[in-house]
Amino acid sequence: MIRLCNVTKRYGETVALSGVTLSLPTEKVVALIGSNGAGKSTALNIIGRLIPASAGTVEIDGKSLRDWKSNELAKRLAILGQTLYTPARLTVEELVAFGRFPHSRGNLGAADLRIIDDALEYTGISTLRGCFIDELSGGQRQIAYIAMAIAQDTKYILLDEPLNNLDMNKAAKIMKLLRTLVREKKRSVLLVIHDINFVSFYADYVVAFKNGALKYSGKTEDVIRSEVLRDVYDMEIAIKSYRDKRLCVYYE
Amino acid sequence: MRILSKIFAARVWQWILLLSAAVGSLFIGVADVSLWDILFADSERLGIFLVSRVPRLCSVLVAGSSLAISGLIMQRITRNRFVSPTTAGTMEWCRLGVMAAIIAFPDAPAILRVFVAFAVSLFGTSLFLTFVSRIEARSIVVVPLVGMMLGGVVNAASTFFAYQYDVVQNVASWLQGNFSLIIYGNYELLYLSVPFMIAAYLYADNFTIAGMGKGAATSLGLNHAGVVRVGLVIVSLVSSITIVEAGNIPFVGLIVPNIVSMFKGDNVKNILFDTAWLGAFLVLLCDVAGRLVLFPYEVPIGVILSVIGSAVFLALLLRGKRHA
Repeated sequence: MIRLCNVTKRYGETVALSGVTLSLPTEKVVALIGSNGAGKSTALNIIGRLIPASAGTVEIDGKSLRDWKSNELAKRLAILGQTLYTPARLTVEELVAFGRFPHSRGNLGAADLRIIDDALEYTGISTLRGCFIDELSGGQRQIAYIAMAIAQDTKYILLDEPLNNLDMNKAAKIMKLLRTLVREKKRSVLLVIHDINFVSFYADYVVAFKNGALKYSGKTEDVIRSEVLRDVYDMEIAIKSYRDKRLCVYYE
Repeated sequence: MRILSKIFAARVWQWILLLSAAVGSLFIGVADVSLWDILFADSERLGIFLVSRVPRLCSVLVAGSSLAISGLIMQRITRNRFVSPTTAGTMEWCRLGVMAAIIAFPDAPAILRVFVAFAVSLFGTSLFLTFVSRIEARSIVVVPLVGMMLGGVVNAASTFFAYQYDVVQNVASWLQGNFSLIIYGNYELLYLSVPFMIAAYLYADNFTIAGMGKGAATSLGLNHAGVVRVGLVIVSLVSSITIVEAGNIPFVGLIVPNIVSMFKGDNVKNILFDTAWLGAFLVLLCDVAGRLVLFPYEVPIGVILSVIGSAVFLALLLRGKRHA
């Protein structure tokens, strides 16, 4: 389980995150929402140990983040940043193989190779394995990085706005993939996301931030309500019912 | 052993090409040495062969391959295809270090010069990286321009102090790399680069991961700053050794990894051999060309590489707009 206790992040005078205390459920798709600058990305990056908190503690499975050896933590938690760009020309297979690095330290055994194949198969990009990632479309690249995280075989997978710049077809594909990962492979997915309809349809649990503070956290159906969303985004959002899900309408 | 046999098996043509060029280079020079002389042990000719030609060949191969590898490391840790010891100012800092060593300890052995050059270039290159990480527009082209600018300033300082302390001629000889002065007994320090090439192989995955960015490296449990430090040490040492023994050999670290990358990608572990091979081959060809262009006179290899290197660099820049 991931637990935050009184986590604060300051950049000079500005407070990006103030006193967030929170426990996140495991084996769920957890969405972090909020307007730009609300602190959701900051929270994700602190949990993913990409940036240090100014105060407070983050616990991963009962152990404080700073007590984890970085290589051990890399077998437990993977984070994919917002800009998945590398100037290095790697093939999809090479990229996914690097997911095994925490386990193999560069010497890939038969078991590693099988896991890499499985990850490529699972994400449906086996046919792209020999392609260089700079030749892929944005959606394919995003999936290749997710395949790398799958090969890393971590319990937690954190993603910072994985739907950025993707058309709705690719975006829906990625959300479905993440949900299947949770259901079938028992991973815990934590992602920052803007489109609240994707949240409503694919997330199990939602955490909402506003002005650096935690505003709401709870099951999707408890958070995707017009009074909550009005509070989080400062705008009127109508909720329609579609199948058994809630559809948010935010065009006026 | 398995690795060795793999390297030898799959790359027969590369070895044939390199070895034939290497053997050929042994018989090119002002003094006429033929295979016949070697076989029948003409003592004077054999002397030229063993004292000058063979050491020259060895130093060309070691310098070429180690410079290409340090360029590759530099490109990965800076995440920029256009950064190399030549375009990051490393070479200029090395020269400053060599000059400082000459002024402070005129009679000191070469190893001390290497050491001072290493310390100065490590400092200078780290300074460059710190500077680059602070500027806002980290455009792929701006970074090497900053490096070359910084290198120019350092060069100016070197030249100024060289005049002040009357060591201009000494320093000028480091301006253009040249293998013609290499003879048995004065070049062996170059072999110090070999263990660092092996270290680069052992650390290859770490460099590739560092090239994927700080976030990706951290997610894979790697200390990004630590990898960058190791890379900087290797690059500074290899550059210092080369500059003390053979002078400034420009552009090898820039163009070789770029050419290899076009065909084989950027996974350091997969391309390390090809990079070393192409580096050695390129420097060998340029060295031989330098001996032939104005025969019986010699054009320093630094001049030839500057011409070829800057042309290829420009081509890469133009291509980079679409590709890098």
